[in-house]
Amino acid sequence: MAILVDLKDVSKNYQRGPETVHVLENLSANVPEGDFLALMGPSGSGKTTLLNLIGGIDRPTSGNISVGGQGLNDLSESALGKWRARHVGFIFQLYHLLPVLSAARNVELPLLLTNLGRSERKQRVAAALSLVGLSDRADHRPAQLSGGQEQRVGIARAIIADPTLLLCDEPTGDLDRKAGDEVLDLLEALNEEQGKTIIMVTHDPHAARRARRILYLDKGTLGPEPVE
Amino acid sequence: MKFLPLIWSSLARKKVRTVFTLLSVFIAFLLFGYLSAIKAAFQGGVEIAGVDRLIMVHKMSLINPLPFAYKRRIETTEGISAVTQASWFGGYYQEQRNFFAQFPVDPQGYLDMYPEISVSEEQKQAWFADRGGALIGRGIANRFGWQPGDRIPLISPIWRNKDGGNTWEFTISGIFDAGVEGFDTSNMIFHHEYFDEGRAWGDGLVGWYIIRVDDPERLQDKAKELDAMFANSPRETKTTSEKEFLQGFVDQVGDIGAIFTAIISVVLFTLFLITGNTMAQSVRERTAELAVMKVVGFSRRRLLSMVLSESMLVAVLGGGAGLGTAWLIVTTGGDPTNGFLPAFYIQTKDLVMGVLLVIAVGAVSGALPAIQAYRLENIVALRKVA
Amino acid sequence: MNNWIAQVVSVTGMNIRSLPQRWGSTTVAVVGIAGVVMVMVGILSIAAGLVDAMTDKAPKDIAIVLRAASTGEMDSIMSRDDVTAISEAPGIARIDGKLLISPELFVIVDVLRRSTGTASNVPMRGVDANVLAVRDNVRITEGRMFEAGLNEIIVGRGAQEIFEGIELGDTPRWGNNTWTVVGVMEADGGMPESEIWADVRVLQAAQNRGSTIQAVRVKLASPGAFGGFKDFLTADPRVNVSVQTESEFYSGQSRFFSIFINSIGIFVGVMMGLGAIFGAVNTMYTAVSARTGEIATLRALGFGASPVVFSVLVESLLIGLAGGLIGAALAYLIFNGFQISTMNFQSFSQVTFSFAVTPALLKSGVIYALLMGFLGGFLPSIRASRLSISTALREL
Repeated sequence: MAILVDLKDVSKNYQRGPETVHVLENLSANVPEGDFLALMGPSGSGKTTLLNLIGGIDRPTSGNISVGGQGLNDLSESALGKWRARHVGFIFQLYHLLPVLSAARNVELPLLLTNLGRSERKQRVAAALSLVGLSDRADHRPAQLSGGQEQRVGIARAIIADPTLLLCDEPTGDLDRKAGDEVLDLLEALNEEQGKTIIMVTHDPHAARRARRILYLDKGTLGPEPVE
Repeated sequence: MKFLPLIWSSLARKKVRTVFTLLSVFIAFLLFGYLSAIKAAFQGGVEIAGVDRLIMVHKMSLINPLPFAYKRRIETTEGISAVTQASWFGGYYQEQRNFFAQFPVDPQGYLDMYPEISVSEEQKQAWFADRGGALIGRGIANRFGWQPGDRIPLISPIWRNKDGGNTWEFTISGIFDAGVEGFDTSNMIFHHEYFDEGRAWGDGLVGWYIIRVDDPERLQDKAKELDAMFANSPRETKTTSEKEFLQGFVDQVGDIGAIFTAIISVVLFTLFLITGNTMAQSVRERTAELAVMKVVGFSRRRLLSMVLSESMLVAVLGGGAGLGTAWLIVTTGGDPTNGFLPAFYIQTKDLVMGVLLVIAVGAVSGALPAIQAYRLENIVALRKVA
Repeated sequence: MNNWIAQVVSVTGMNIRSLPQRWGSTTVAVVGIAGVVMVMVGILSIAAGLVDAMTDKAPKDIAIVLRAASTGEMDSIMSRDDVTAISEAPGIARIDGKLLISPELFVIVDVLRRSTGTASNVPMRGVDANVLAVRDNVRITEGRMFEAGLNEIIVGRGAQEIFEGIELGDTPRWGNNTWTVVGVMEADGGMPESEIWADVRVLQAAQNRGSTIQAVRVKLASPGAFGGFKDFLTADPRVNVSVQTESEFYSGQSRFFSIFINSIGIFVGVMMGLGAIFGAVNTMYTAVSARTGEIATLRALGFGASPVVFSVLVESLLIGLAGGLIGAALAYLIFNGFQISTMNFQSFSQVTFSFAVTPALLKSGVIYALLMGFLGGFLPSIRASRLSISTALREL
């Protein structure tokens, strides 16, 4: 399998007042295409940070990240944005839907950055919503949807531009068991049937078990076993 | 354009707030438009003053009369194509508060001198034929409700007539309109002969002369020449271009333009604050959403232009409606003083200024919030949320 | 009741203390209201100033006689015979046995305005040399009175400041005559300060007026003598005149101007006021929504709805008060005493006066500001009271 995500000696520091916090130190890892990776670890271990770095929302203090052959360090701020729109889909714990937009318009958002015409966009939105099973809720606002439904809209938005990589930050964290399972079913289907590579940060072992493999991030290192 | 629904929905986020902001902008530009009309009433006449006309008055002041004999001498001067006279009647209708301007003139000469006077051929001929007839401006007609055919008595404190009283009878021959926007229609013109025959004193005297020159380029030269002609005579003259003459009146009232600008500046300044603050609030509340859009791939520049578009939209909708409503009120409602103002309209240059100001309001009030959106740091914004 | 007051006080106290967090939008509302008050009071102070100069400063014991049906001094015409008839009326004051009567001519002359360099119609009055005895509200403060029969003039303080070429020692020329300024007069800010005075006979000659005059002023033995004086002349068949006190006369002469300016001032004030109210509403809505959590918690704890409403209104009233005081203070500092001269179309001549930011205007301004504040807080306060506690708490 070809490598999709390649991390080489990645470090990330934050300034917290007078202190420097070393979140990640010289991390190297890779994620093959078509992988469904669950990332677990204690709070503050840097899981979300790692996800953000891979998705290009943040830049490493040192080291190289390349995704699908594209070195992210080489890209400017605006180029990163464009790249992200095409290649990455984000799914958040708190969904982050725009409350003033209907479900359909929320899903459409990434397409506004492309050259697609109105009818094409409508088609794709319909397809995405149908995939997540929410065609009948297309005109509803987030406030009118349940948590699980909101997350599924979030997934539809994440896949609408047909990215190769999906990055999920605690996707089931705010959902009850049933809704959570529906979401995980979707993710599984996206991975197995559509070949999307998924990296999922989660606290929940139940969710982690749905992935193909699990890695643990602790004290800046990534390993197959939880550190005792 | 495809971003319009997105921009619109951002505004719809807090409907009440958006509505009130729109109303503020609306009011501000309604005020701007209406005040522009008032300003034009004081200043506008100057703009449309004849480029080839001179006004000659007595050098001491314009209330001192000039000899009728001067007319011939002016007429025969080289470079002058026409002369006509007018005087100040100073009358009022029934009560002193119903005063307005009336001028005894030479009918044909005056109408030739002022092609801006627009009156039907029929009414014009009726006036020519009736020595005691008068043409009234539309402003006067509106104010008193007079119609052609009405007989109206006017009292002139200055001009006692030969039968000993101060009351003069006139018949309305017709109503004239402003052929050029801004031309004064708050006065009445009648026959000089009727005036001259009837008045108990003032024989051989007129109020002032209106003079047309052949070559507008030589306006000032001709003015000097004419004054030189009458210098050292018992009644010396002061001749100026019509524009200067009217400007003189405007200057006498005071610096209307400055007062207007001052008021509008305060209004706009306050408006900038209000709309700017609203936009800033809106952006501040949406940091998380803006961050998400950045995650999805929207660039900084796009976010900046979206925020700017929001403030522009508010400004254009509110300001456009305000200017439009002002224009409507001014053109359909007309003179609020019902005939005291010489003209009442919004000058084109002020409309243009209004549009520019609308754009300025949109740009200035959206600037800071747009920059805030531009500078948004992904991590900080997202972390705030998580 | 005590409980209610205690609640109001504590909620309001919390509001005030959290104000600094919302200083941005609060400032905007305050500035908006201040701007409205400043502009409105400014415009209205113009009319107030004119009325003050014309009417308030006009003596009540000086009567002015004009030809009946005149609209003002300019279009009145009277003769020496009229003066004789007037001098026979009762109620005229005397000094050393001489009647205090002032026959006057009223014309305009072109004088250049300092600010624009263009000409203005300045009123010039022909009077007898003893006029100061009749019009005793006028004093010569510099130089001296003119001498009868000479081309000498005295100029009002206000006219001097606005127009050029009429200072002590200057020799302006009008028509074929050259005049010399020999004195400066003041009248507590009253009308004579806008005028130029000369010997009536000299002026008559200069203006080709023969021996006609236009107005006769008379000093009354007492303000109460006016009635008898007026009745005598109204009944007298020899003359056809109108008789008023100076105060009445000038009140009429300033009517149009003050109505016009006041209308504009109120119109602008109301429009701007609406704008400011809208701005204040936004501010208050923000204030309320920023404190939704607080309010909900208080309500959950048992605080009533009305203290909340009240506290919002108190806050918006304070904003109004702040704006009103600032606006009024600015209006006073910027406008009060600012001297201008404008054309009073009724008299077709310049009137020099100062903007008068009167206590009455200041009071009105502050009251208007409070009204704007109140209206701005009204709807938001209702919204605050209708808050659904459970929804608000869930969102915390």
